[in-house]
Parts: sequence; structure tokens; C-alpha cells
Amino acid sequence: MDFHQLWTIVSTPDNVPIVLLLFVVPFYTWYGLRQAFANDRLIAQLEADPAMAKTHHRKTQPYKPGWTKEVHVWPYLLRIEFLAAIIVTVLLMVWSITLNAPLEEPSNPTLTMNPAKAPWYFLGLQEMLVYFDPWMAGVVMPSLIIIGLMVIPYIDTNPLGNGYYTFKQRKYSILTFIFGFIILWVSMIVIGTMIRGPGWMWFWPGTTWDHNRLIFEVNRDLPDIFGITGRVPKIIFGAVVVGLYFVGAGYLIHKLITRTEFNRRIYARMSVLQYVVMQTFLIIMLSLPVKILARQLFRIKYVWVTPWFNI
Amino acid sequence: MAETNGHGDGKAASAGGASGNGSGAGGNGSGNGSGNGGGKIATLVANAKATQARAVEEIKETIKAPEKTDVWKSVLRVKHDETPRSRALGVLSNVFLHLHPAKINRDAVAYNYTWGMGGMTFYVYITLVFTGTLLMFYYHPSKVVAFRDILYLDNDVPFGKLLRNMHRWGAHLMVIMVELHMFRVYLTGSYKKPRQFNWVVGVLLLVLTLLLSFTGYLLPDDQLGFWAVTVGTNMARATPLLGHQGPFGPQLGMTPFNDVRFGLLGGSIVDSNALLRAYIWHCVAIPIIASAFMVVHFWRVRKDGGISGPAPVMLETEIKEPRKV
Repeated sequence: MDFHQLWTIVSTPDNVPIVLLLFVVPFYTWYGLRQAFANDRLIAQLEADPAMAKTHHRKTQPYKPGWTKEVHVWPYLLRIEFLAAIIVTVLLMVWSITLNAPLEEPSNPTLTMNPAKAPWYFLGLQEMLVYFDPWMAGVVMPSLIIIGLMVIPYIDTNPLGNGYYTFKQRKYSILTFIFGFIILWVSMIVIGTMIRGPGWMWFWPGTTWDHNRLIFEVNRDLPDIFGITGRVPKIIFGAVVVGLYFVGAGYLIHKLITRTEFNRRIYARMSVLQYVVMQTFLIIMLSLPVKILARQLFRIKYVWVTPWFNI
Repeated sequence: MAETNGHGDGKAASAGGASGNGSGAGGNGSGNGSGNGGGKIATLVANAKATQARAVEEIKETIKAPEKTDVWKSVLRVKHDETPRSRALGVLSNVFLHLHPAKINRDAVAYNYTWGMGGMTFYVYITLVFTGTLLMFYYHPSKVVAFRDILYLDNDVPFGKLLRNMHRWGAHLMVIMVELHMFRVYLTGSYKKPRQFNWVVGVLLLVLTLLLSFTGYLLPDDQLGFWAVTVGTNMARATPLLGHQGPFGPQLGMTPFNDVRFGLLGGSIVDSNALLRAYIWHCVAIPIIASAFMVVHFWRVRKDGGISGPAPVMLETEIKEPRKV
């Protein structure tokens, strides 16, 4: 266990935000879900007792009849905003006094850094480059992430949970988002920062970053495993495999959407367009972990090999 | 008004009196004796004392109640007393504060609902604009001196190190806060009707924040920035149809000298043009675009009904079926 290597990685000034993320993301996830579970308990109570549902103020926050529903912004909101500004400023100043911004040697086009890492917020994309070609990992998928995020409000037909934390009433959408945001995006940032070393090789935390380490990883393309060698057969085979994946993934997602009575009710509210859009984005999002598994477990590099692009 | 006129008259009177006394004293000195001169001096002294007493009175009044002075009333147009009306007006009639409504949901003030991430992101953005502007005084976007300028800032400029550090860590903090803000808005379902469009604007702001961070990363012109931007823009050459190494790009006539990567870099390599373009994107173009979207984002928060909650919980049995079109 090379603690020195571990410390070097963790204390590099540009990695400190990631160390911060490692604490802050779980904390806020817990913070939000805790309120969600409290609300869910209240919802269970109200559903069991219709009389209570008629008279209750419907929130977990305290309320007595006669209390105003609104308070003046001045002073109640402004003072907490002022306090937040002070705290953020102090935090930023202390951070800036203790840690220095990095400055490496002057830029030199003839000398590549190893590893040459993107800024941490793009490490998720750089990690995807291991599994997909640049046009896919660097252009298509980021664009789909952005468009997919934008599309979310328009394909979400569940009217519950509008303005309060809940888990029970929005299980599907919350788990999907947590999967995409925390398990894919944030985890890949952490992997790119802490684990990827020279040559983008995998170094478990505590392993020394050895530039001369050799990895005997023989990756093969899926058509080659099946013995398909011609150019056109490979194209057709690849198309078939990708098509099968789309169908399989789409089927699994459909099963998930229609699993419970409640899910089916929300599904019934979706239009065909909403359904197709949702399926498209989810299938493409799932292609990432599927590709990761195919590579790690079966050493498969490309599934669809054509003269113009490879997936 | 009355006071100034009084002051004016008083000054004029004492000035007239002084000059009168001066010539009187001069005349007395040459002629008569001390009788008339003594009376005039006594009057002068009495006037001066009266003026001084008046001045002290006026200063005391001002100190006791500054909000009654014209200077105060010209700057702060509403009374700052403890009435609900003053509280509301204090917010509504202030150009900076009227981003807020006069009153908000009593439960939304608590930290645990919003996590304060949206507001804190905006605050950090302002500190970044401030520190960034100060940094601009010392930075030339030229390959010849950019690196040296950063060295100057770090070692020679007074508080330069602190300034640069605040800017860099502020940038990282802003990215973290933006992502946490997005997470919170998602968990509270605050992108649902009627706030769908504001979510879209928010996603655009997320992209702009990441681009601001990315363009700034290149500016020190060190190995870290140079290779990060090389990796990033090399992805651009793989754009389908528009990149010279992307699917179907070469077939459409894309070469390293006319594809989308060339457009981004102003060249086929990461060189002085790339640095200048990054500088302009970072300091001028993207902040302007981001500010415009922020204005829309804040406007829509208000128009869509303010902070979304905490809202009363809705039960499954209360879901209304959508009207058939």
C-alpha cells in the first residue's frame, strides 16, 4: 500500500475539488433523500387516513393555524443569503490561502504529459474514450447528455413530487437520474482523477504509478470472435448486434416502466413521442455500462466495424 | 432648504459683517478711539458664537436622525422603519434586491429545501468576474508572455497569488455548485410544469459554466492547460460530418485546415490563435452569453411562481387525468 502515492494524488491542488466531491455528493444525496423519506412517511399517513388528508397542511415542516404562509424577504431571506455569502467568501479565501493553483512547466508541443488529463469536470468524457471512439465519446454522447437533460421535463409525465422531496412517488425517475449522475458521471470523474495513471492504465488506490508497467490485454472485435472476416459481413453483423441490443435494452426498460401498478398508470399518460424519446436516450445511456462490461469481462473492443466508423 | 438658505444668509451676513468690521477697524485705527470699534467687535463675536451654537444644533439633529436629511432621502427613497410596508418596499423598490418577491413561502427560507446552491453559484460567479477583471490587468493573451504573466502574478504582484488562487478555486467551486443545484432541482421535481423551460435554460447555463472553465484552463499556457485543450479539441476533429477525422468527414471535404476544430482553434494546431480565442471566449463572449441566460433564468424563477416549495404533498389518488386533446 503506497501511502505516498495515495497522498500525492489526493493532495495535488487540482484534485482537491474531487476529494471535496467525494464528501459533498454523498452528503447532499443523504440530505435530500432523508427529507424524501420523511415526506414519504407523511404521505403514507395521509393515504391511510382520508380525514387527516383533508385537514393536514400537507408538509413535514411545523405549522399551526394562524401562522402566515409567507414571511417577509427582508429580513428573513436576506439575512440568510448574506450569511451564505459570508461563509462562501470565507471558505474560498481559506482555500485560496492554503492551496496554490497549479502551474506546470511552460507549454511544449513536443513533450506530452503522461497522463495527459482533461480538467476534472471533463474526466467523465475522457474515461468514455476508453470504451468508445472519439466521435462517439467526445461528440455524440456529450451532445446526447445535454439534449437528454433538456428533454427530461417534457417526457416526465408523473405529476407527483412537484416542489417537494419524495422517493416513493418518483422511484423510477430518481433512480434513473442517480444512476446517470452519480454512478456514471461522478464515478467516472473519480476514476479519472484517482485511478487512471500513466498511459491511462488502471492503478488501484495505493498502487505506485509505474510508467513502465506492461499490460497484456488482448482485445478483440466481436466479429472476429464469431469468425466473420469479410468487410460487408462485418457491417451487417455489427448492425444486427446493435439492433439486438436496442431491442433487448428497450424491452428491459419497458418491463421496468410497467413493473408496478403506479408505474403503469404513469406510463398510460405518456404519448408515443414521449415514450420513444425516453427509450432512445435511456438505451444510449445504458450502452455505456454495457460496453464497459463487455470490455472488462470479455475483452471486446468493437462491436460494429465499418470502414467509416466503429462502435 | 430652509437650513441652507439660513446658512447662506448667515455666511453672507458674517462675510459682510467681517468686511464691514475690517474697514471699520481700519478707520478706527486711523481716527477716533476704542468705543465704536469695541461695539463692532462685540457684535462680531456674538454673531460668531450664535452661528457656532446653530451649527452644533444642526449637527446634533443630523446625527440624531440622519434619515431626515435630503442626502439620505435622495439615495434611499423608502423609509427603513419596522413596518411591513417598509419591509416590502425595501425589497421591491431596490434594483438589486427586487430579484426577490416581497414575501416568500415560510418553509423555503430553511436551508434544507434549496441548499442555497443557485444563489451561491451566482455569488461565486460575481466573485469570479471580480477577481477575473483584476487578473486581466496583469495578463497578456500572447504566447510570448502569458506564462510569464502568471509567474508575475504568483510571485511579484501584491496579493497576486491570492487573486489567482481565488479565481481558480472559485471556478471549481462554481462547477460543483452548479451540479449540486441541478441535483437538488431534480430531487424536488422543480423542473415539472410550469418550470420546464427554466430547466432547459439551466442546462444551457451548465454547459456555459463548463465552457468558461475550459477556456480559462488554457490561459496560463502551461503543460496542464495546453494538453487539456489539445485532448479536448482533438475530440472536435472527430465530429461526425464536420471533423476531418470523424465519420463521413473526409468524404465531405473536411481537412485539418477547414473543419470544425480549425474553426475553434483558429488554426490546425493549438498555438497563439487558440490562446487568443480562448481568452476572448473566456473573458468576453461567454460571460455576456451566460449573463443573458442568467437574466432569463432568474426572470423565469419569478414568473413561474418563485421557489417551488416546499409544496404540500400530493397523493396518488389526487392525480388528475390529463384532458384528452
